[in-house]
Amino acid sequence: MHKMKFILTVLIFLSCALMGKSQDKTDLKPIKGGYVAPLYGLDSAKVWVDDFQLDEFAVTNAQFLAFVKKNPEWQRSKVKSLFADESYLKQWTGDVTLASAMKPNSPVTNVSWFAAKSYCAFEDKRLPSMDEWEYAALASETKENAINDSLFNQRIVESYELPNTYLNTIGSTYKNYWGVYDMHGLVWEWTSDFNSVLISGESRNDGSADRNLFCAGAAISANNLRDYASFMRYAFRGSIKANYSIQTLGFRCAK
Amino acid sequence: MYFRKAVYLLYFFSFFVLLACQGKEINGELYACPMECEGVKTYDHPGTCPVCKMDLMKVSNIESPVLAEGDVPDESIFNLTSIWTTQNDNPIHLADLKGDVLVVVMLYTSCEAACPRLVADMKNIKTNVNDSDVKYVLVSIDPLKDTPERFREYAKEQQLSGDQWVMLQGTVDDVREFSNVLSMKYKKISPIDFSHTNIISVFDKNGVLTYQQEGLGVSYDKITEEVIKQTK
Repeated sequence: MHKMKFILTVLIFLSCALMGKSQDKTDLKPIKGGYVAPLYGLDSAKVWVDDFQLDEFAVTNAQFLAFVKKNPEWQRSKVKSLFADESYLKQWTGDVTLASAMKPNSPVTNVSWFAAKSYCAFEDKRLPSMDEWEYAALASETKENAINDSLFNQRIVESYELPNTYLNTIGSTYKNYWGVYDMHGLVWEWTSDFNSVLISGESRNDGSADRNLFCAGAAISANNLRDYASFMRYAFRGSIKANYSIQTLGFRCAK
Repeated sequence: MYFRKAVYLLYFFSFFVLLACQGKEINGELYACPMECEGVKTYDHPGTCPVCKMDLMKVSNIESPVLAEGDVPDESIFNLTSIWTTQNDNPIHLADLKGDVLVVVMLYTSCEAACPRLVADMKNIKTNVNDSDVKYVLVSIDPLKDTPERFREYAKEQQLSGDQWVMLQGTVDDVREFSNVLSMKYKKISPIDFSHTNIISVFDKNGVLTYQQEGLGVSYDKITEEVIKQTK
């Protein structure tokens, strides 16, 4: 009898420990606040970014698989078309099955902004803002702000030219000053306010005299014309919509 | 004997560890999903609804169930679970607007350049359509400043009277989500100003987007025609 209780207790302990373990959460790394100069905006001044925490890695296929198992409304056949286009998880072979060629620890891609947002909320996290993401991405291996490091910038641009990097696994590029991996060179990443980039759509077809007010001066006001890499990121963000599910676009969460 | 005591102690301890494990408190109140995603299921702890992810509400706080009647199409904005506050301080879900054609614009009331022209467009569309089964919805992209009270002043200034005008304040997050549903872009560019795209959207009675007019100074004949078509 006593033995039974003892065993039961041990089992409870074990299951508790396992529960914690099986969630397989990505570690958040603390990022100390600072200034970042957004590429666009009427305010040429720098923007202050508060202290925040950012996921060490991008969310993986395996993690997203676990998420859709627990949240069936985000499975491929069940997702509402308001929240994801027809490319959503299109490489998967089923609602809860990855394709055999997909690595569990590759970054998940073909996910919409709505899905990414929901994943982070489920983890009790959120998507990073664009300013937060850009701020964390300024860091090289050794410097918190490597914007004037021409070699680092060169490397970023070159990494953008590599094809099919989304097939690589997380942690396969570099670890930056904050301990965060793969900010460049693995996948593009969703940010919470990606749709605050006003360089496409209406800014082109709006012929009114107030053009500057709406398109925020577009490329002319780019603060650092040397920074082609960030130009590419902003242009990409300006060209996508929240229900898009793109092969080279993943995400990581923040808090 | 000692062994027995130890086991009981351990047992108690593990009970608390389990509680800590779940990270939830128990205080006698019952909680339920405000959207009733799981029917009448209740929880004895706060948390989020496993289906729609909304915060569970105390059952005693839920006065009347908020539910869209029947199913809505997958592409309907009535699938959004966000809660908004109208200019009359009433909390609503977008699904509460079901049954009327919706003409929706996102703006902020302190905007001096584009927004007055957007509102003028809305007023003109309303006059041309002249149908009481249409709601004209203003959603603020500056929800911290555009309170229901501010919206009531704004309605006076802009002469937007009557219950066909609905002005909505949401959370910063929900506004961002809604802008993404409309593919509308905006950015705070100073403490008082936003840059934003100018889009007026038409939704049918089931909340499905049917037409968008982009830009300022566009002829609103086409959008008027579209709204009239949807009311039929």
